Amino acid sequence: MIRLVKRLALTSGLVSAPAIAHAADVIAPTQQQPTNWVAISMFGVFVLLSLYITRWAATRTKSTADFYVAGGNVTGFQNGLAIAGDYMSAASFLGISSQIFNDGYDGLIYSIGFLVGWPIIMFLMAEKLRNLGRYTFADVASFRFAQTPVRIFAAFSTLLVVAFYMIAQMVGAGQLIKLLFGLPFNYAVIIVGALMILYVLFGGMRATTWVQIIKAGMLLTGATLIAVLVMAKVGWSPEELFSRAVQVKTDLATAKGADAAKAAKDGLSIMGPGKFITDPISAISFGMALMFGTAGLPHILMRFFTVPDAKAARKSVLWATGWIGYFYLLTFIIGFGAIVLVASNPEFLDAKGALKGGGNMAAIHLANAVGGNILLGFISAVAFATILAVVAGLTLAGASAVSHDLFATVFRRGEADSVHELNVSRATTVVLGVVAVVLGIAFEKQNIAFMVALAFALAASGNFPVLILSLLWKGMTTRGAVVGGFLGVTTALVLMILSPSIWKDVMHHKEAIFPYKSPALFSMAVAFVGIWLFSVTDRSGRAAVDRAGFDDQRIRSETGIGAAESSDH
Amino acid sequence: MATKTAPEGGSSLSAIADNPKYKELIAKRGRFGWVLTIIMLVVYYGYIATIAFDKSILARPIGSWKMSWGIPVGFGLIVFTILITGFYVVRANNVFDRLVDEIKKEAGQ
Repeated sequence: MIRLVKRLALTSGLVSAPAIAHAADVIAPTQQQPTNWVAISMFGVFVLLSLYITRWAATRTKSTADFYVAGGNVTGFQNGLAIAGDYMSAASFLGISSQIFNDGYDGLIYSIGFLVGWPIIMFLMAEKLRNLGRYTFADVASFRFAQTPVRIFAAFSTLLVVAFYMIAQMVGAGQLIKLLFGLPFNYAVIIVGALMILYVLFGGMRATTWVQIIKAGMLLTGATLIAVLVMAKVGWSPEELFSRAVQVKTDLATAKGADAAKAAKDGLSIMGPGKFITDPISAISFGMALMFGTAGLPHILMRFFTVPDAKAARKSVLWATGWIGYFYLLTFIIGFGAIVLVASNPEFLDAKGALKGGGNMAAIHLANAVGGNILLGFISAVAFATILAVVAGLTLAGASAVSHDLFATVFRRGEADSVHELNVSRATTVVLGVVAVVLGIAFEKQNIAFMVALAFALAASGNFPVLILSLLWKGMTTRGAVVGGFLGVTTALVLMILSPSIWKDVMHHKEAIFPYKSPALFSMAVAFVGIWLFSVTDRSGRAAVDRAGFDDQRIRSETGIGAAESSDH
Repeated sequence: MATKTAPEGGSSLSAIADNPKYKELIAKRGRFGWVLTIIMLVVYYGYIATIAFDKSILARPIGSWKMSWGIPVGFGLIVFTILITGFYVVRANNVFDRLVDEIKKEAGQ
């Protein structure tokens, strides 16, 4: 049972290890909830709307540009919302609000880590990405290099990141839906897989983007509503919210048998940093994985090619940063609101004083507490919609890597016609969808915390170093990119296996060989040093071509002259 | 294909490379981007390091309130992240885009 709860709390990996240990102590066995009809009908409305959008998008999806980048005509504002939607997964909504519910301030430290990558993307990458790329980030990373090896690396790394991210989302989806809707795990996973295949297969990027935009709107509306209702209950005074939360936590500690001094200390502990940040190396390494991993996630990078030009790319990042930041502020209020209104209300607790339905349910119960069954149904439907939209984006990123990078560029040497490439994309979509369902079911009983952490660490150690150096460093060569990129990815993978979350928790060894929470500090260093070393020592003819290509690449990346048109028809 | 580096007429590219406005653009935007990046890194890792080395600093209550200093600092950091991103956009719209337009015009694009 503890494992089940752990798995739930870890659905997204958005809850820190100490928070899990803590949650596992207090959480009761999770079981399937009674069928929630309000939630199911609201979700039904969302599904019908999304299928209608897919039908509309299907009539307009004819070329590869339509399929991969929605014709390149998404506005900066729309794209900003879609990026924010990709980033605000159900996991971050439920996971972070629950972490705040359990540990208070630590949840804020965590959400800040997720936000600070965005300005870096803006300052160093966003405009250049749009000017150089067409469909995938590999277009940019391989711009002046030998196509075949760099594309193979990019496709490999993309599929790896997508796979780990996807498993976490699928298992999370199954768990959440089981809890929220009262559906069996396998059904839930199959429903997600089937709907997502429909969106991507027929509607391509256009449907995926609009599903994401609508979901982002629903999530922001729902979260705003809960936060406003919470503030209304505490007379619009933040201090009232915090002092009542401290009081609730103090009373809970007293009820558990702590003496007055200890109880007061426990109560106040939610107002400051707790167990989340332990040693400086782990903290910095973890911060780097979050910060630079964002700049290497293929499904996020792909969105920069859906806008017409660099100016719109810039605007998208600003909108995305604004919405995500706003969302994290709301999540903080929601977490504290849940302490005040849920933790003290026996209606939401079982006999042992733990949350009904499991540790991730704080925001869901809060929706019920402030808005009744209707708001509860709405928020549950939003959580399901969220997973669906994120998984669709991931699948599209994986399918593009296979059809555009591997099939069209590597196997057909750029000679594939658009129809053929599109068919490969669609076939890959179906295959990836089926694989996602199978993996989701296969990993149901696994601890998946490490998978999201791994996805971010892999993206920060492979895609990001290759991409950023290809944009900024003239001396980089094909050999440096490929060897350094593979070294970074491999290091991240190996260190992750040797870290406590796998070596100790999964493989049951006594002590972890690699003691830190995230490998990023080390694996990113390996990648950068590897790229540098294998580039400066590269004396091949290809290396001369690679370096000579930099000046022209730079002109295009800085000015947009020669950039791919927004649409190819 | 994205693999073709030069647009029609590769000679216009070398003309751009020699254009003083292009040199001004890459120098200015490069410096601006890096300065903002470094500010962001210092602010974020400063925050993380503060917590890693002494947790009690941010846990200190504000006056007689229960609210700790960590809350305005954390919220401030989120707002700062949005503002610094917006600052880049404002400057890019006013300064860099104008330079890019002039470079394009001179290159006959």
